[in-house]
Amino acid sequence: MPDSSGKVRVQLRVNGRALILEAHPMERLLDVLREQLRLTGTKEGCGEGECGACSVEMDGALVNSCLVPVLQAEGTEIRTIEGVAGDRLHPVQQAFLEHGGTQCGICTPGMILAALNLLARHPNPTETEIREGLAGNLCRCTGYTRIFESVLGACRALERDS
Amino acid sequence: MRAYLPAYHLEAVRDLNEVLGRLNREPGRWKLFAGGTDLMVLLEAGKLPHRNFLNVWKLPELRGIEVAPESVTIGAATTYTELRNNETLAREFPLLCRAASETGAIATQNRGTIGGNIANASPAADSPPALLVYDAEIELVSARGARWRPLQGFYSGYKQMDLRPDELIRRIRLPRGQENWRAHYRKVGTRRAQAISKVCFAGCARVENGRIADIRLAFGSVAPIVFRAIETERLLRGEKISPAIGPAAGEKLAQEISPIDDMRSTANYRRRVAQNLLTEFIEMLSSH
Repeated sequence: MPDSSGKVRVQLRVNGRALILEAHPMERLLDVLREQLRLTGTKEGCGEGECGACSVEMDGALVNSCLVPVLQAEGTEIRTIEGVAGDRLHPVQQAFLEHGGTQCGICTPGMILAALNLLARHPNPTETEIREGLAGNLCRCTGYTRIFESVLGACRALERDS
Repeated sequence: MRAYLPAYHLEAVRDLNEVLGRLNREPGRWKLFAGGTDLMVLLEAGKLPHRNFLNVWKLPELRGIEVAPESVTIGAATTYTELRNNETLAREFPLLCRAASETGAIATQNRGTIGGNIANASPAADSPPALLVYDAEIELVSARGARWRPLQGFYSGYKQMDLRPDELIRRIRLPRGQENWRAHYRKVGTRRAQAISKVCFAGCARVENGRIADIRLAFGSVAPIVFRAIETERLLRGEKISPAIGPAAGEKLAQEISPIDDMRSTANYRRRVAQNLLTEFIEMLSSH
């Protein structure tokens, strides 16, 4: 039930950490992540589900966090860019560095999350699958070719490591 | 300008009965909130007129795809991703899976729901044309009971539909046995992908001895509602298939649709593209 301020209590896990927070139920998951939890790796681009800069995983599914009211994150596991690297960069992040998949960086956190989500579903994606998996993530710098090369590079690295 | 959040309410519910009870006690006060892919965009733009919502995202009674001998039934809160991943739908109702896979990108498909697409009642919606040509029925439930009705005729005007204030869309039912129909789906937008439709087409036809034994044609974005081209269907039914039937059918189609000029396209372009899509479908039928 909402309290007098209209806020509700939401329990969720973010990058493996169990949290209880208070927020307005319609507050965007994006704003809760960035402003309450200070996880500013997740970016806001368009704020209307077109650009993918705010992509995070919710229970393993890629979502635009600008379109998720935080009430619907109740009981879920959220993964943001801050939860991707361990002691070292994740191979997908490393591949973006090595193949020039990053320029200004605004699309990068969302692009990495979309790439990770794609590789979880298709460990050896075809070019069509890569294009479809990243289709909701816009980049105005790279022209995408280096991003595709980064994903392919990540596949090779992950294959070597396994 | 962004919306003032404290003016809005989004409430959790235990189950479908609670939703129906609240819709019944305070008809018109509550609307449903599923994947939010339309509502959150309006909210952020400060253009969400309704203020009070019940959260039905992942409500178990609105989920799941059930396959019975005569029909396939889809819960209204089934996402596009779930539609795409269902093997029966992919085999028997490929136009619906096509529509699902051409609606936004993965993140949108993980959140957008089929019931939301119907209830949002956009004339540019991409799944209703496919549902219409499969002769889909929808189940509307309220605390007073349940009723099934065809999707055809559900919309009466722009954003107007046969849905009472205490009712919700619970399920969508597709009659089976249509897999031998020839079917075609095509969405025309500014780009091949990630675009809102300028014109959307779904068509299916049963062909016997070179004749069109039966045909269903549906269009998005050419009328105030997602539109089934009944008159054009009537003209084509029983005809011998050849490219020669195209022009008359195109004429009839142009008479029965009512496209408009708007931010995405023009009436002329839409009329022409709708005719071209029909021609393409007829050519596809003749090439077999």
